[in-house]
Amino acid sequence: MGIENIYSEILMEHANSSHNKHHLAHATHTHRGINPSCGDEIELEVFIKDGRIEDASFTGSGCAISQASASIMVDLIKGKTVEEAKKLADIFTGMIKNNITDEEELEQLEDAVALKDISHMPARVKCAVLGWHTLEEVAKNKKTC
Amino acid sequence: MSNRYKEDFPILRQEPGRKPLIYLDNAATTQKPETVIRAMEDYYREYNANPYRGLYEISVKATDRYEEARSVTAGFINAKEPAEIIFTRNTTESLNLIAYSYGRSGLEEGDEILIPISEHHSNLLPWQQLAREKKAVLKYIYLDEKGSLREEELEEKITNKTRIVALAYVSNVLGTIYPVKNIIDKAHSAGAVVVLDCAQSIPHFPLDVQELDTDFAVFSGHKMLGPMGIGVLYGKKELLLRMPPFLTGGEMIDYVAEQEATFAPLPQKFEAGTPNVEGAVGLLEAINYIRQVGYAQIGAVEDALTAYALDRLKQVPYLTVYGEDSRTKNRCGVISFNLEGVHPHDTASLLDADGICIRAGHHCAQPLMKYLGLAATCRVSLYFYNTKEDIDALIASLMKVRRWLGLGN
Ligand SMILES: Cc1ncc(COP(=O)(O)O)c(C=O)c1O
Ligand SMILES: [Zn+2]
Repeated sequence: MGIENIYSEILMEHANSSHNKHHLAHATHTHRGINPSCGDEIELEVFIKDGRIEDASFTGSGCAISQASASIMVDLIKGKTVEEAKKLADIFTGMIKNNITDEEELEQLEDAVALKDISHMPARVKCAVLGWHTLEEVAKNKKTC
Repeated sequence: MSNRYKEDFPILRQEPGRKPLIYLDNAATTQKPETVIRAMEDYYREYNANPYRGLYEISVKATDRYEEARSVTAGFINAKEPAEIIFTRNTTESLNLIAYSYGRSGLEEGDEILIPISEHHSNLLPWQQLAREKKAVLKYIYLDEKGSLREEELEEKITNKTRIVALAYVSNVLGTIYPVKNIIDKAHSAGAVVVLDCAQSIPHFPLDVQELDTDFAVFSGHKMLGPMGIGVLYGKKELLLRMPPFLTGGEMIDYVAEQEATFAPLPQKFEAGTPNVEGAVGLLEAINYIRQVGYAQIGAVEDALTAYALDRLKQVPYLTVYGEDSRTKNRCGVISFNLEGVHPHDTASLLDADGICIRAGHHCAQPLMKYLGLAATCRVSLYFYNTKEDIDALIASLMKVRRWLGLGN
């Protein structure tokens, strides 16, 4: 496993770009996630209508892995139902914990598969899952609207 | 400039087929010389027994070696007698012992505890929690932008209500060496006791508790070539005698009845339960090793390395060093820095790919980081077995980081 693979083009593109990093005008839910080990912080904002994530964004600061992972996640969950997004979160955590290795299953994660090798870097696992954990919290607290 | 000490440390030896280890996280824990590792192994191979209790030869030997470690430690920091040395697990436990035992019995509402803002959480939380419990006041000494203590700030903060002044001899984030003799004298004039956290000083320069006249001094074996799990608490005898036990149980009693007990004399009063003989034996060997190399030599090697490291770091584009950024007599080889636009955790992960170990994060000093306006930093911390080659490797790796992350140079 080369570290270069982890800090791959796609990851750096997300870490350095800001297309998902802004506030939502009409967020129905926001949730803050913190990774105490390196101080990563994100605030996820989503606009949910009829059980579907119509729009999503995040703000925050932290390491490249936490920020890129959150950004890739935002791309991925836009337009998905909350249930589908929860399923993706399960697959993502499964991948990072090395419990899910089935290629076909992982394909659903699209660009987020770039973070697969984090499973070999225990010190960075929390960075990678921060966005997804925050999403799970949002899903848990979801009021029907 | 290679370094003859590396050979004494199995983990640092260059061996065919093994990736060289460039270890620059010595403030977190140091590597162990062969002699320390062997002494601990010998203990288990030859005389492992529960000390104090056994009426047979190996138990007597285990007891002797454990007590020898205590007297050697006492001599090492110039304590008046071995009974002033209490073995704990680490610096953190030593500080908690003082806060619980001395602090709880001696503090009243409105009393003040004074600590610098730069303290490690280990020397902050015990006081913060004690202050909350006792309705005492925890006050902070703030630093100037280089991390130095300001004299006026000290004058102003020490009052006749100050009961405890607790501080590190050397900052684990900025490497600053604080003028502790001066602080101890001022604290004593105000009637306060001083707790000196020597975790980051004793690996690098001598501690003389009588000359400093400190009331308490604490440190960890693992940061001075010894094993993890053994720590030291030095306390002036007249204070330790007055203090109630911290933990109670076996080994720390004279006599136990159904409803009452009398406690063992010092130092056993503060060492409840089966002690860490292996750790004490390792610490003893670590002290022997440090004595053999000599603090003068350790200081000379580290001064040169620190100056070199600071010079080289200045050559790295987009890099900022925090605190004192040139070598002075008021700083040790603990260096915090950041690369612009790069989170310290990413820097550390990328250096790791080149076999370079550094620390990244808040270094257990969140109030200091907040005071300095920083979320996290990278930290390099040197020891006498490090070399210029180690620093060169660090610099070469750092030069690549921003490019690797797609930030140009
Ligand atoms: C200044 C200082 N105090 C206390 C500690 C805590 O030491 P330990 O974890 O061995 O208890 C450290 C360790 O990082 C330190 O640097
Ligand atoms: Zn992170």
